[in-house]
Amino acid sequence: MKAVAFGQYYPANSFVHRLDPRMKLLFLVAFIVAIFVANNFYGLAACAAVLVFVIAFSRVPFLKVLSAVKGIFFLAIFTGAINVLFHTGEKTYWAGPAVYWNWGIFCVSQEGIVFSVFLILRLLLLVLCSSMLTYTTTPVSLTDGIESILTPLKWVKFPVHALALIMSIALRMIPTLMEETARIKNAQTARGANFESGNLFKRIGAFIPVLIPLLLSAFRRADELSDAMEARCYKGEKRTKYKKLRFSWRDLVAFLVMAAMIAGVALLRVYLGEIL
Amino acid sequence: MTVQELPENAIEMRNVSFSYGQGGFCIQGLNLEVKKGEFLAVLGHNGSGKSTLARLANGILMPDKGEISIFGQVLDDKHLYDLRSRVGVVFQNPDNQTVASVVEDDVAFGAENVGLDREEIGRRIDFALSAVGMQDYRYATVSRLSGGQKQRIAIAGVLALRPDVMILDESTAMLDPKGRREIIDVVSRLNREEGVTVVLITHFVEEALLADRAVVMNRGEIVMRGTPAEIFSRGDELLTYNLTLPRIGIISKRLREGGMSVGDTLDFEKLAEEIARCVS
Amino acid sequence: MRIVAEHLTHIYNDGTPFAAKALDDISLTVEEGEFFGIIGHTGSGKSTFVQHLNALIRLPSSKKHFHKKRLKKGEIPPPATVLKVGDFDLTDKNTDFYALRRSVGMVFQYPEYQLFAETVKEDVAFGYKNFYGKGKPSEEEVTTAVRGALEAVGLDYDEIADKSPFDLSGGQKRRVAVAGVIVTKPEVLVLDEPAAGLDPLGKQEMMRLLHEIHGSWCKTVIIVSHDMDEIAENCTHVAVFEEGRVRYVLPPSELFQRAEELLSLGLDIPLTAKLVSALKRRGISVDCDFTTEDFIRKVLALRGGGA
Repeated sequence: MKAVAFGQYYPANSFVHRLDPRMKLLFLVAFIVAIFVANNFYGLAACAAVLVFVIAFSRVPFLKVLSAVKGIFFLAIFTGAINVLFHTGEKTYWAGPAVYWNWGIFCVSQEGIVFSVFLILRLLLLVLCSSMLTYTTTPVSLTDGIESILTPLKWVKFPVHALALIMSIALRMIPTLMEETARIKNAQTARGANFESGNLFKRIGAFIPVLIPLLLSAFRRADELSDAMEARCYKGEKRTKYKKLRFSWRDLVAFLVMAAMIAGVALLRVYLGEIL
Repeated sequence: MTVQELPENAIEMRNVSFSYGQGGFCIQGLNLEVKKGEFLAVLGHNGSGKSTLARLANGILMPDKGEISIFGQVLDDKHLYDLRSRVGVVFQNPDNQTVASVVEDDVAFGAENVGLDREEIGRRIDFALSAVGMQDYRYATVSRLSGGQKQRIAIAGVLALRPDVMILDESTAMLDPKGRREIIDVVSRLNREEGVTVVLITHFVEEALLADRAVVMNRGEIVMRGTPAEIFSRGDELLTYNLTLPRIGIISKRLREGGMSVGDTLDFEKLAEEIARCVS
Repeated sequence: MRIVAEHLTHIYNDGTPFAAKALDDISLTVEEGEFFGIIGHTGSGKSTFVQHLNALIRLPSSKKHFHKKRLKKGEIPPPATVLKVGDFDLTDKNTDFYALRRSVGMVFQYPEYQLFAETVKEDVAFGYKNFYGKGKPSEEEVTTAVRGALEAVGLDYDEIADKSPFDLSGGQKRRVAVAGVIVTKPEVLVLDEPAAGLDPLGKQEMMRLLHEIHGSWCKTVIIVSHDMDEIAENCTHVAVFEEGRVRYVLPPSELFQRAEELLSLGLDIPLTAKLVSALKRRGISVDCDFTTEDFIRKVLALRGGGA
């Protein structure tokens, strides 16, 4: 009945959506590297330009993407404020005194302000590019991608397959367990349970009549599921895999964009140097 | 074992006993043959041991005593996986049988487990989904489906292993009438058209009417055997095993007790026919 | 308590892309003392409706509702939503919802999965203590209430009260769960498929229990069910839900005369109704109320008249 917007996936059939999840994971890593390689505003601007470009091709509305920033709004402000107060430096970027205000260990300087702005921008870019991954990739295909990337670890006896299966079952069961929680909560509310008032201690206590049935049900489900898996011949080894991820021309394009971005940001770093 | 046994019996249980450990046997000295290609209904009240039967038939549980053969081959540790792929089980709760979020990934699970190659798995998915009438849901999210649809996916997941026998362990118990009809339609078609041997474990006595043969379980033993009609003609005995007659059986019995000579039929059109004959 | 719903609409996730209309302008009255049945497909809105009855789903308060949509000039305002359970006005956000929930008991599907306490007694007492109001009930009061409730569902207090609810059989667990709801002696008892998953005798037993509870503990009983035979045998009135609307509210004796219409909605009809229409096709009319008893009596009487 109630739609569960898990993992914030935004359904669309865009260029970005259809990229191989491994390519998207790689792109995300490269993007994060680029953000940290960039040591001047031009570098960040280049990253931002790439991001805008990606968003445009993903058909996810800009406002939707920006809403991802809401969650870290206060963190960003806080980080900025701390850095303004603690960062000291003599560089000037505009007419006026290099240091505006000084009190003990606190000081507000031109360099501090610029540095803070730079950090906040980095943080925002970081959050935006990560959320682009979850907006355009279903949890299922993300799991497939992670499994595929981890495959080489099989050589060191790391149970990649089992890990992937655990992730897959968890994803499958989350909506079921959420529905179940709502159902049990309703039933106990009907019996007069109160989840909304009282102090913190009381409220946690109020959840016991929900938690116990939920746990019991999860164990029961696990039991039945393991029977069902066994009945379908699961033995944990000598399995094949139906779904195979395949790189396409799109992934090549994405790879080139990624390479260009890294190269560009590196060049900007070398030729323009640290603006801070 | 003789050569003749092979085509005869899909499942054969000889003197099988099983207990979960604490006090008393759950299955006791049970003898049962399931003939190849037949549709067998297993009736019994809750706790009569019928679900344990399903888990024994596919080696999820191993009997304490006695012997179980699948197509003449004794079910033991050595042949476990081989035989398991020939006897599929669909369980009760539609939410507790799927491992993947997307329909096709889940249907592929069993076929992946036995190590088939990709092309073959693809073909098996096509076959299994169309056999349960869910071709259009190949890329659907499992958790958004109805109970009946989820259960059809569970059947497809078993079918992808191309089993010769399909056991439904109260697979209709948690469904609404529509979902129940969907499942019964699918399994009777599989039985008729694909020649799959079906063992339908249920406490809905009405569902047993479709079977070729039925057995009744009570306290871990089989206490009645026969065609559904034969079994339902022994209504009083059925009651002692905590089962009831199908409603139609109750009505025709009451009419007979009232002095109307209607036959012992389980089909309402026929009963109406008989009533019409009696009153005109 | 009389239950009156008028122009009741409910949309899940209203205002989001996931919006789904579950109830569409429903009007329905349940008189005090009825054994009321609600039937319909999964997703027809019946569960959403019953969850309104004890405010598990709350209505937006009437004033807010009025202001939500500014009316254009000359536009007729939409009819006001009414939802009353006895004297409780559920459209008023100042209603005492605790008192309401005490008076309207709700048994969900598979209620045995909501048991949580260490002993049967504690579990059944949960609702009693929650609804006791100010102060704490004395040990004696609790014991008396729990004993009464357990006995009402046909269980022996002395034998079962100190057991863990998880050690009971499936049928016993379900009865304990029902006892945990009726322990406050609600005037209205709502049950969502009380017999689901039980074997045939368990089902009969559950329906028998509900009739006993109906006669003594709870004035009004409302059951949501898929089992048409169960409905035909037991209910005083039946509401048929279809895609968020109420198609019919009739006594079973009238409802199942519309066999064709029900079948065209994809719903089942009771066996007696199937037989009645099969006989009708053969030129024999049986005028019964679709209970097994009445059907048999009328059919046997036919023979007398026809002979």
